[in-house]
Amino acid sequence: MSGVRVLVGTKKGAFVLTADGARRDWQVRGPFFAGWEIYHVKGSPVDPNRIYASQSSGWFGQLIQRSEDGGATWAPVGNKFTYEGEAGTHQWYDGTPHPWEFKRVWHLEPSLTDPETVYAGVEDAALFKTTDGGTNWEELAGLRGHGTGPHWQPGAGGMCLHTIIQDPANRERMYIAISAAGAFRTDDGGKSWKPINKGLVSNFMPDPTAEVGHCVHHVAMHRDRPEVLFMQKHWDVMRSDNAGESWQEVSGNLPTDFGFVIDVHAHEPETLYVVPIKSDSEHFVPDGKLRVYRSRSGGNEWEPLTKGLPQENCYVNVLRDAMAVDSLDDCGVYFGTTGGQVYASADAGDSWMPIVRDLPAVLSVEVQTIS
Amino acid sequence: MILVVLPQHLRTLAGVATEVQLQVAAPITLRRVLDALEAGYPTLRGTIRDYGTGQRRAFLRFFACEEDWSHESLDAELPASVAQGREPILIIGAIAGG
Repeated sequence: MSGVRVLVGTKKGAFVLTADGARRDWQVRGPFFAGWEIYHVKGSPVDPNRIYASQSSGWFGQLIQRSEDGGATWAPVGNKFTYEGEAGTHQWYDGTPHPWEFKRVWHLEPSLTDPETVYAGVEDAALFKTTDGGTNWEELAGLRGHGTGPHWQPGAGGMCLHTIIQDPANRERMYIAISAAGAFRTDDGGKSWKPINKGLVSNFMPDPTAEVGHCVHHVAMHRDRPEVLFMQKHWDVMRSDNAGESWQEVSGNLPTDFGFVIDVHAHEPETLYVVPIKSDSEHFVPDGKLRVYRSRSGGNEWEPLTKGLPQENCYVNVLRDAMAVDSLDDCGVYFGTTGGQVYASADAGDSWMPIVRDLPAVLSVEVQTIS
Repeated sequence: MILVVLPQHLRTLAGVATEVQLQVAAPITLRRVLDALEAGYPTLRGTIRDYGTGQRRAFLRFFACEEDWSHESLDAELPASVAQGREPILIIGAIAGG
């Protein structure tokens, strides 16, 4: 019987939540790496028992952990992330040049075809790759070196490369996003990159439509339509129908278009999910109500999903990597909050139930559909 | 034999329950001790010294014989009681956070 395995990264460890296909009864394992910040945990699409985790700490730096048995046991692999060549500078908060300094791995994206190959998005923003299961990491330096790197500037959370999307139809194409630089695309396997931010408007910038400088929070894609991208920007929900060449706003009737997460239904490429957040100065849901908004029209028209979610006195946030969908026939949707709850919906968002309520603040949620 | 006491998270990572004992050739310096520590416990690489700079990570401190060695040269010779294994080197996580 099929089931799901939800991989949860928190401020104080990792957790593995499992259920059968009904997704009603859950087993909770963890904390793994107790006391460490686990920014991201993700399994290989090729070998679901191969899972990678980013483990970090302000005291002890960065570690990468690897599991070969679906998260039951783990072993550290390579943790040396050094920038290629002269690291150079980017802009600091005050606009002065600041040396590129590695801080942590925000996102791990295992290859669609090879369990030994993984991409890592790091702070200060750069893209690394391993082809030996995490033992050695090399920077894909064409991203930082393509020309605009010295103009990139950190967002409030740091200058992080947080989104990595591989095109399943074109192995040479990949998308990444950086706060606060914007979205970028490679068409040659990561050797060269171009900014893909035309149509984004960021009023906090001196030039609101500049080529780079946009605070992209997350990007999502449906694997059957890889040229269509959806973006939750700092403000604005955006859509591109041409692989990021241009974007248009699809915020529509959302109560606020600020937010972090965005995801796409596993079987309906025009069905999207976001969690609106009140504002960039009040990082919690509006009106004390935790509401997922769903669009079945690719944006613009949104409906609140509230059944099973708290509708009073709720002031949590949902961070950029903290939503995922499974690929069971009835698409499951999952998200975690800064209040430590992980919610699951087994009916595409119509109703929700908490899997756990009292974890440390959730940084990331991924789900594996296990056959 | 040189004795090194690690903070809890690094003990867990290294898989050691108590203090670490290391064979280190004289002269006994922090650099030589850390080199031996990382050679014996490779999972500790990058967790005490930054890969990029080779320097002590900012929120760690090195104590020995009730003195703070954190700001001394890594090549300074440690006290005789450390070299003779009578006193440990303490690697301490700074008290930080809420």
